[in-house]
Amino acid sequence: MDSVADTRTIELRVNGKAYSRPAPVRMTLSDFLRHELKLTGTHVGCEHGVCGACTILFDGRSARSCLMLAVQANGHEITTVEGLANGKDMHPLQAALSDHHGLQCGFCTPGMLTTLVELLNDNPSPSAEDVRVAISGNLCRCTGYEGIVAATLDAAQKMRAGAGGRS
Amino acid sequence: MSGRIVGQSVERLEDRALLRGEARFVDDISFPGMWHVAFVRSAHAHAMILGVDVSAALDVPGVHAVLTMADLEPHLSDRLLRVALPSPAYRQELHRPVLADREVVHVGEAIAAVIADSRYIAEDAAALVMVDYDPLPVVSDCRDAMAENAPRAHRDAPHNLAAEFDMGYGDCDEAFAKAAHVFRENYWQHRGVAQSMECRGVVAALEPMSDVLTMWSSTQTPHAGKRVLCGLLGRDEDKLRVVTPDVGGGFGPKLVFYPEEAVVALAAQIYGHPIKWIEDRREHFVSTTQERDQHWDMEIAVDAQGQILGLRGTLLHDHGAYTARGVNVAYGSAAAITLPYVIPAYQLDIKLVVTNKVSVTPIRGAGQPQAVFVMERLLDRVARELKIDRAELRRRNLVAGAQIPYKTPLKTRGGMQVVLDSGDYPACMAAALERAGWEDFPRRQAAALAKGRHIGLGVANYVEGTGRGPFEPVSVRVAENGRIHVASGAAAMGQSTKTMLAQVVAEQLGCDMSNITVVAGDTGAIELGMGGFNSRQAVMAGSSAHAAALKVRQKALHVASHMLQVGEQALEIEGTAVRLKGGGAQVELAEVAKAVAGLPGYYIPGNVEPGLQATEHVIINDMTYANGTCVVEVEVDAETGLVRVSRVVFAHDCGRVLHPKIVEGQIIGGIAHGLGNALFEWMGFDENAQPVSTTLAEYLLMSSTEMPPPIEILHLESPSPLNELGIKGVGESGVIPMTAAVASAVEDALAPFGVSIAKVPINPPDLISLIHGASQEMRA
Amino acid sequence: MKPPPFSYHDPETLEQAVELLATLDNAKALAGGQSLMPMLNMRFVLPDHVVDLNRVSELSGIRRNGQTIEIGAMTRQRDLEFSSEIATACPLMSEALTHVGHRQTRNRGTIGGSLCHLDPAAELVCVAAALDAVVEVVGPNGRREIPFAEFPAGYMSPAIDFTELVSRVTFPVWPRETGHAFVEFSRRHGDFAIVSAAAMLLLDGAGRVSRAVLALGGVGAVPLRMHDVEAALIGQAPTAELIRRVSETCRTVEAVGDVYVPASYRQHLACVMSRRALETALSRADRSAAAA
Ligand code: FES
Ligand code: FES
Repeated sequence: MDSVADTRTIELRVNGKAYSRPAPVRMTLSDFLRHELKLTGTHVGCEHGVCGACTILFDGRSARSCLMLAVQANGHEITTVEGLANGKDMHPLQAALSDHHGLQCGFCTPGMLTTLVELLNDNPSPSAEDVRVAISGNLCRCTGYEGIVAATLDAAQKMRAGAGGRS
Repeated sequence: MSGRIVGQSVERLEDRALLRGEARFVDDISFPGMWHVAFVRSAHAHAMILGVDVSAALDVPGVHAVLTMADLEPHLSDRLLRVALPSPAYRQELHRPVLADREVVHVGEAIAAVIADSRYIAEDAAALVMVDYDPLPVVSDCRDAMAENAPRAHRDAPHNLAAEFDMGYGDCDEAFAKAAHVFRENYWQHRGVAQSMECRGVVAALEPMSDVLTMWSSTQTPHAGKRVLCGLLGRDEDKLRVVTPDVGGGFGPKLVFYPEEAVVALAAQIYGHPIKWIEDRREHFVSTTQERDQHWDMEIAVDAQGQILGLRGTLLHDHGAYTARGVNVAYGSAAAITLPYVIPAYQLDIKLVVTNKVSVTPIRGAGQPQAVFVMERLLDRVARELKIDRAELRRRNLVAGAQIPYKTPLKTRGGMQVVLDSGDYPACMAAALERAGWEDFPRRQAAALAKGRHIGLGVANYVEGTGRGPFEPVSVRVAENGRIHVASGAAAMGQSTKTMLAQVVAEQLGCDMSNITVVAGDTGAIELGMGGFNSRQAVMAGSSAHAAALKVRQKALHVASHMLQVGEQALEIEGTAVRLKGGGAQVELAEVAKAVAGLPGYYIPGNVEPGLQATEHVIINDMTYANGTCVVEVEVDAETGLVRVSRVVFAHDCGRVLHPKIVEGQIIGGIAHGLGNALFEWMGFDENAQPVSTTLAEYLLMSSTEMPPPIEILHLESPSPLNELGIKGVGESGVIPMTAAVASAVEDALAPFGVSIAKVPINPPDLISLIHGASQEMRA
Repeated sequence: MKPPPFSYHDPETLEQAVELLATLDNAKALAGGQSLMPMLNMRFVLPDHVVDLNRVSELSGIRRNGQTIEIGAMTRQRDLEFSSEIATACPLMSEALTHVGHRQTRNRGTIGGSLCHLDPAAELVCVAAALDAVVEVVGPNGRREIPFAEFPAGYMSPAIDFTELVSRVTFPVWPRETGHAFVEFSRRHGDFAIVSAAAMLLLDGAGRVSRAVLALGGVGAVPLRMHDVEAALIGQAPTAELIRRVSETCRTVEAVGDVYVPASYRQHLACVMSRRALETALSRADRSAAAA
């Protein structure tokens, strides 16, 4: 907690759950999610808006949570990686990333997933090029992106066919 | 040999938690009321510290302490981190201080640690710590450092030579004297940063009841870290535990023990309070070790047919400001350059030069990419001069399949002879060339050129030393509930180590991956360990896991045969039970484990030692050599200098493959890293050794849109004779030939302009001046 | 890398926002945050107050108004990207937006924020220069309009007072027959351009150039309009040779150099990008309609 700067109580919904929590006004949304709400699935890789590891869905739109203040989320709805699975059932994108070895260390994965969830909402039948462009702002040092692109095309196809996730 | 589990692309043990956001990286560890650290770091590349005033920082509400060396020294057995690997090559000692208090020798060196209620407050206060510097002359470029009157990177040092040695064999003088042709070139590969997506981090906490100090660190070498810390803090081995939690990528620098680990652990001990420090990306650029910066001045001697007669020259290696690991990167370069080829005489003089920059230690590839770059560039030069096809020239010089096992005249850093243990290099290159359409390419190239398009094809071979010994222990234990626990000194940093160990164990113990728990990188789980580096874990830990699992299997079969009253031969382990082959009578592994746990006053069935467990440290001293060939196709926009990689064909041989998808993943990841080194990644310093690339907007990593279309990987499988499983390491192979292959392709594409590439990364402004007839700028 | 301490204000009306900026010392307006937030995290800026404009709903929106299109300063880049109004009335902007950052940054980033940050390499800045956008600012003394040519006061500094806010940007709508092109050279997709070029060409009935625009981003400290090139094209038949020749004159523009890119390379790219933009614009210009 921060005793120097101003503090405000923030009310928001994260992954469908309502929270009301005080936070210093200078606290970034990524830190608030990770350290105040203990939702540590959202990762922080650069804190200057380049790596995309901190990507969350803000009112359904992908956003870099290191480039937002927690106070800006007051009254808004957020989805993080923890909110993608349906109980034990993984989201089709999660299952596909595992099938296609689209993750190694997994550090970039939460940001990839949230970004790609938005892509598939916008465009249920993306091309490989669409997928590459969609994640051009998400850096991965491990995979070379190939497995991620393949997984996304696979998941999109399964989602179009109406198949669910995997538990 | 493929097994039911080994050799299959089974689901990774790691995935589920990572995909659901349930993994535990170091920054995910927290304690109520935990304190946070921000470091005050040197703003100068070289200066004396006249004084540090912490009073204003201490006045900030929420600050608990501001620690300098003076505060730490009474608690430390040593001011310095003496972690350098032994070598007779050193010309001076350059150990890092725990905190700098007299002299700073690179930008980013830690001077003080501010401890506060939050990182926010700690950073507020860190800005108020006043360091009084007396700036000193700076050594920025290692080529200037050896000049007679060059300033010293360390004020009181006699010179800027960290180490020097030579490597070679045969009679170079004679080889060069009788050569039909001799060609000489200078090459430079620029500095790079590891840039794991997770930076480093440390959490330390003292458990008051047991007085055990635990440090969670994103380290690749927890056991080594524990040894250093025990020594520094004077703690008994059983009062200190080092744990590697989930790690968001290592790529080399996380194998080093860092000052921040010592400071945070010590602070947690002093205050009895849990403390965390997480490296931010800006710190990663100035405090995590770097690699690659090397200047080579090389000569090659060939006969009229292009047969290599000799290779000689000098290697100037930028060592950075301290010895944080050893002479191993330069050694790795010097040892790698000749490997794929038959080179009768070789002589290299190697100097490791001290500069006022971040210390150099291995990054994925560890000196080998530079060596391959130089060797392959030289071969392209020979091919061009002698008008021999580049592939044909290589064919004439590669170690032939029939020569393997090939005893090279080289020795490893531990003095063991380098023997290329298995593989068929010409076959591997042929496979890659064939897939890439090498023969037909000149026709395609001419057709493209007729339309004003510049396409080019490049080729590079590598042979890579993997599986650095001598051992990595693994214990396998079947618990009384039947669950199989595997522990290893190997450390997982994102390369699927847990899955690999579980596969090897599952193959022998029932083939049920879900019944296996792996702990990797916890000094509390296993006593000895080396950790992750040198593409060694599958080879070393995999071999130990195999041996330990076999032992446990034999014991389980033996005991079960007594319990079931049948011969051992009739039994197999399937799922969680030992049963008659093909089904029938069975006993659960849990029952077997209970039986061997013993009952007071009763025999243990089968009269075995108690416990269904085994620990193995398979010793393998010799390294096993993987090889490969990479063919890259590029298109260069001759108006802008933009290089687009349009195709990558990668044929490789890493012995037996344990998990095809993981192997491919490692290779593709390495290729991405290598493409970055070839085209994008540039860690710049100005003439004052001030870093000029300090954000990810300036230091460019490969992004998804810059990757070529799916990489074509061809697997050759020549099992290594050096270990039971026949495996070789693969974690670094992808990166090794990339700068060489890309440079070869770019040169080929720009052949009409006579462009020659001697430096990477290849950047567009440079290419444009080359196209316009200038030679490549060899200064930063 | 954490933001420094500051006080936070989130007004709901433009009036309140202006009032806050006029009364608070050392205040910074926070729009989409894609430039200001990294600078706060890195402590390159140390404001005492942050005035967040994200709740000022009147600042968002796209409105076609006859021969102009008006865009509220807080309109997100994503909304511009997906706007059919923009696609028809201002296709140059649509094309430029495909080069702007990444989907996460376009979801938050705003047009007003981009113009005020005034990075000379930013795509929307180059578009505003090319199209002679008019920037409306609101301050304690009311509203005023600034033609974009007068908007940059220097490198990354708009000619507005720190008590003023950009409220709206107005772009003229060019005839449908115009050929447009936005091209850029950047190291990776989504990076700021090293050099970008925006071109607009309108042909007359005889196939000669009747209106021409060429703007360059990334070359100089501020976005550049190449008036000489434009003048050299007008009234001429736009042959490949002419385009090549006029583009080549860009080699003498004053260019900035840095450790990554020497000025001479920027000048070289200025020629190449200009030619490519003009060629593409020409290929898209509707000759038949002009002739009709
Ligand atoms: S942490 Fe937010 S973009 Fe890198
Ligand atoms: S999986 Fe490690 S950074 Fe993407």
